[in-house]
Amino acid sequence: MDDLLSEFLTETSESLSTLDVELVKLEQNPNDPDILSNIFRLVHTIKGTCGFLGLPRLEAVAHAGENVLGKIRDGELIVTPDAVTLVLESIDTIKYLLSELETNETEPEGNDADLIARLNYFADTGNLPAAGDTLATPAESAPAPRAKIFLEPEVAAEPEPEPKPEAPKAPAAAAKPPSAPKSQAVQAAVDAAHDAGAKADPHHRNEAKESTVAAQTIRVNVELLENLMTLVSELVLTRNQLLQMVRGKDDSEFTVPLQRLSHITTDLQEGVMKTRMQPIGNAWAKLPRIVRDLALEMGKKIDLQMIGADTELDRQVLELIKDPLTHMVRNSADHGLEDIQGRRDVGKPETGTVTLNAYHEGGHIIIEISDDGRGLNVPRIKEKALSNGLVSEGELESMSDQQIHQFIFKAGFSTAEKVTSVSGRGVGMDVVRTNIEKIGGTVELKSVEGRGSSFIIKIPLTLAIVSALIVESGGERFAIPQISVLELVRASSNSEHCIERIHDTPVLRLRNRLLPLVTLKKILGLDEADESDVDEEAFIVVAQVGTYSFGIIVDRVFDTEEIVVKPVAPILRDLSLFSGNTILGDGSVIMILDPNGIATRTGEITVGGQQGVESKAKSESSDRETTSMLVFRAGGNEIRAVPLALVARLEEIDVESIEYSNGRPLVQYRGKLMPLVFIDNAYQMKTEGRQPTLVFQDRERTMGLVVDEIVDIVDDVLNVELTADRDGLVGSAVVDGKATDLIDAGYYLELAFSDWFGKEEATGEKKKVLLVDDSPFFRNLLTPMLSVSGFKVTSVESAEQAIELKNSGALFDAIISDIEMPGMNGFEFAESLQKDEAWGEIPIIALSSHTSEEDFERGRRAGFSDYVAKFDREALVSTLIQTLAAV
Amino acid sequence: MSDKNALVPSSDRQTALDLGGSTKDFVTATIGKQMFGIPVLTVQDVLGPQRITRIPLAPPEVAGSLNLRGRIVTAIDVRKRLGLRNKEDEDPGMSIVVDLGGELYSLMVDQVGEVLSVPQNAFERNPATLDPRWREFSDGIFRLEKTLLVILDVTRLLDFAGSVKQAG
Repeated sequence: MDDLLSEFLTETSESLSTLDVELVKLEQNPNDPDILSNIFRLVHTIKGTCGFLGLPRLEAVAHAGENVLGKIRDGELIVTPDAVTLVLESIDTIKYLLSELETNETEPEGNDADLIARLNYFADTGNLPAAGDTLATPAESAPAPRAKIFLEPEVAAEPEPEPKPEAPKAPAAAAKPPSAPKSQAVQAAVDAAHDAGAKADPHHRNEAKESTVAAQTIRVNVELLENLMTLVSELVLTRNQLLQMVRGKDDSEFTVPLQRLSHITTDLQEGVMKTRMQPIGNAWAKLPRIVRDLALEMGKKIDLQMIGADTELDRQVLELIKDPLTHMVRNSADHGLEDIQGRRDVGKPETGTVTLNAYHEGGHIIIEISDDGRGLNVPRIKEKALSNGLVSEGELESMSDQQIHQFIFKAGFSTAEKVTSVSGRGVGMDVVRTNIEKIGGTVELKSVEGRGSSFIIKIPLTLAIVSALIVESGGERFAIPQISVLELVRASSNSEHCIERIHDTPVLRLRNRLLPLVTLKKILGLDEADESDVDEEAFIVVAQVGTYSFGIIVDRVFDTEEIVVKPVAPILRDLSLFSGNTILGDGSVIMILDPNGIATRTGEITVGGQQGVESKAKSESSDRETTSMLVFRAGGNEIRAVPLALVARLEEIDVESIEYSNGRPLVQYRGKLMPLVFIDNAYQMKTEGRQPTLVFQDRERTMGLVVDEIVDIVDDVLNVELTADRDGLVGSAVVDGKATDLIDAGYYLELAFSDWFGKEEATGEKKKVLLVDDSPFFRNLLTPMLSVSGFKVTSVESAEQAIELKNSGALFDAIISDIEMPGMNGFEFAESLQKDEAWGEIPIIALSSHTSEEDFERGRRAGFSDYVAKFDREALVSTLIQTLAAV
Repeated sequence: MSDKNALVPSSDRQTALDLGGSTKDFVTATIGKQMFGIPVLTVQDVLGPQRITRIPLAPPEVAGSLNLRGRIVTAIDVRKRLGLRNKEDEDPGMSIVVDLGGELYSLMVDQVGEVLSVPQNAFERNPATLDPRWREFSDGIFRLEKTLLVILDVTRLLDFAGSVKQAG
């Protein structure tokens, strides 16, 4: 059965049983507004839900019933047993319809016109229709008038009593009975009336059996579940303790039963965890309405897409992210999306899309909220950041867009020009981020101007059990939640990582950036000894809070453990450095460190990630130039390297399978002949066994470079220091701390192809290509490679030189240009050419290690006809061919 | 202690003192040479020496936390709380575990003695000359044959925020 429907059935049958009770109560206390409004609300809810689910028959009955109740509530009608009976009848009808719905999943045929007519008639006149009325019978029978008599006094006290033909008022006023017997009598009377009414029901609807769907689920107090969870957590810990005790002993009689206990405990834990899990869709339920209202108010067309609504997460977590999520969706719809006109102007479809996507990823749940709107407005954020005094102009200059985006997470930061009823008040993203970080989650932000923005929230599945890293400091052990741990670094004075000091402030050089360090001992006040020993050898836990990362110096690092987070005693609540405590498998109590608290303690609260962002961006800019290099040896002890991206595959070739043709070695490789080349002429192959070979591929052709040994693959900044004159070498560079010869793959390609396939000079005019790149390495790498592919290449090392060439009248079929160059960069170069007469039509291909969408976009705007990642040799060649074909 | 009637002291407190009847039961403990009493109904457990995890940055009276059958119990050094000097001997001492608002606290004392039933009429209010800190934590005193039994008010003893306020 449809989830929605079964939920509706469960809920409604609950409401209905409440309604029965409440209606009877109402009859006894007709003036109690609480009971009345409660009844009204219940019927109203049923009606509303029916309408939502498309159950017209049910809705009609509920609506008519609600009408009567509404009149009663407004004081237009008074509560009489007749009224109650009538409403009860409508409820019986609802029950009958529900039971049909449960068995057939559709409403039964037929209609309830008769009942509805009576309800409406009653609502209009306060009387029951006289003719053909089955309900009139019980009203005339013995118990009913008695009930009326007892009820009348109260009714009579109403300000605007309706004339009641059947009920004589005089005796009622006279016979005001004491309250206790009255209610009993009324109860009996009502029951009788009800029974009679029900019996008279032509449909026998009162036989509607107890809903079986309702019986399948029960409502359990959340507290009970929480208690169960705590108990299970204890059980897990005890199990772990027992396991640890038995571990050393091979043939303990406890081993087998303990194993069973262990399994059952695990199952139990999973089961109880499941009871706490709820689909994230529950937190989204309100969103379509919010977005709809917003769309109306703002004059936008918004399509809200919700993907992965059935992704489950812990109830507690769900509660905590509900509000941040709502806020972010609102933001996307309000700020993110343009209005209809705005979208038309930029050529987007009128309907903007806000997408919510939730999925599991490695113990976490990821929620993406993205829109296809205008994206973040960088200049406006800059302006706002300046006017709020968050940064100086100088600082802004050096910041990337990504860094500038982060400002929206600052308190009091709103760039909305006007405050709308939904957003723009400047209390927003900072609260969102704080809330998410509170539960150990992170928020990431991506935005492309004009294309939209997306927020990526990563939160743990459950808060009850987390994975934590156990560390020791000052003789005490502490747990650090794994989610905030980025990496572990071991620092000692003689390893590559060592702690340096700036006026007693320890810092660590980590991948070309300075990582601020805090000494756990110190901030915890456990620092008894002098701290000189810290520098000798220490473990650094690199932690991340938001975008701010820092290192925590600890004495020792143990392993990770699943821990059950328990709150600390109230008298310790104000210790912000701890987020809780727990009991480890060995039974000892351990405090859980709160990285947020530590970051705050180290004075990062005011900056809130800004510095972190900066350093991160810095690391990005210097990391940008790193290249994956394949390090190998071939002929002699020199270490040689080649950019990994140029190597198609690594193979081992059986020496015996090498054949010779025309004195040249070759092997059959993947159904073709592959020429083998050696690093130099003096190279001697092994005589037996297998020979490692680097396979280079260029479209159809492959070539093998025979090497002795493949040493490693390293990521390093490529800095060619010595340009070699020797054939086949690009130069020398320091790779992974060692002087390494960089081989010129192009040379070997040419070697193989020129010998085996012959130069292709005969095949018509060669296309002329201008290569602009400041790096001699790339020029040396690409020039031969492009030549081999059949282009005539001219290479220059700067855009200025290229322009000189242009001025001297040179003409090319295509230009390949690097982006990052000293002096005029690639964008400027391309822009300057766009307006040029002579070179304006020449296609320019950008060559860069920046290959994000954003860069592509920027490149296109600057006039590049295509954008190719550095080292993507095949793409470059094919792009070049395509581009030239298109001209 | 504003009681008009010394025989029914601190009736507004959640201690066992207002049970009525002619005798009251206390778990006795000694710190140094002084005997203390804790109303028997507030006591959950009596523990021998325990492995205690220190809690950095916690108030000095908080000795740490320990694991009592899967529950985390905060250990309070009653000596420090009462402003007494540290113990001279190496005796690890014992603890009385009390429940306060659903949280367990372990009160560390030198020795835990027997449970005493003391007659109501042996009750005295705190002498006016008592150390203010002691007066704050004591509910009154019972005259025993050989010694005096100081009744500890657990709620106040564990109300760190209150005492901080007083101190400041």
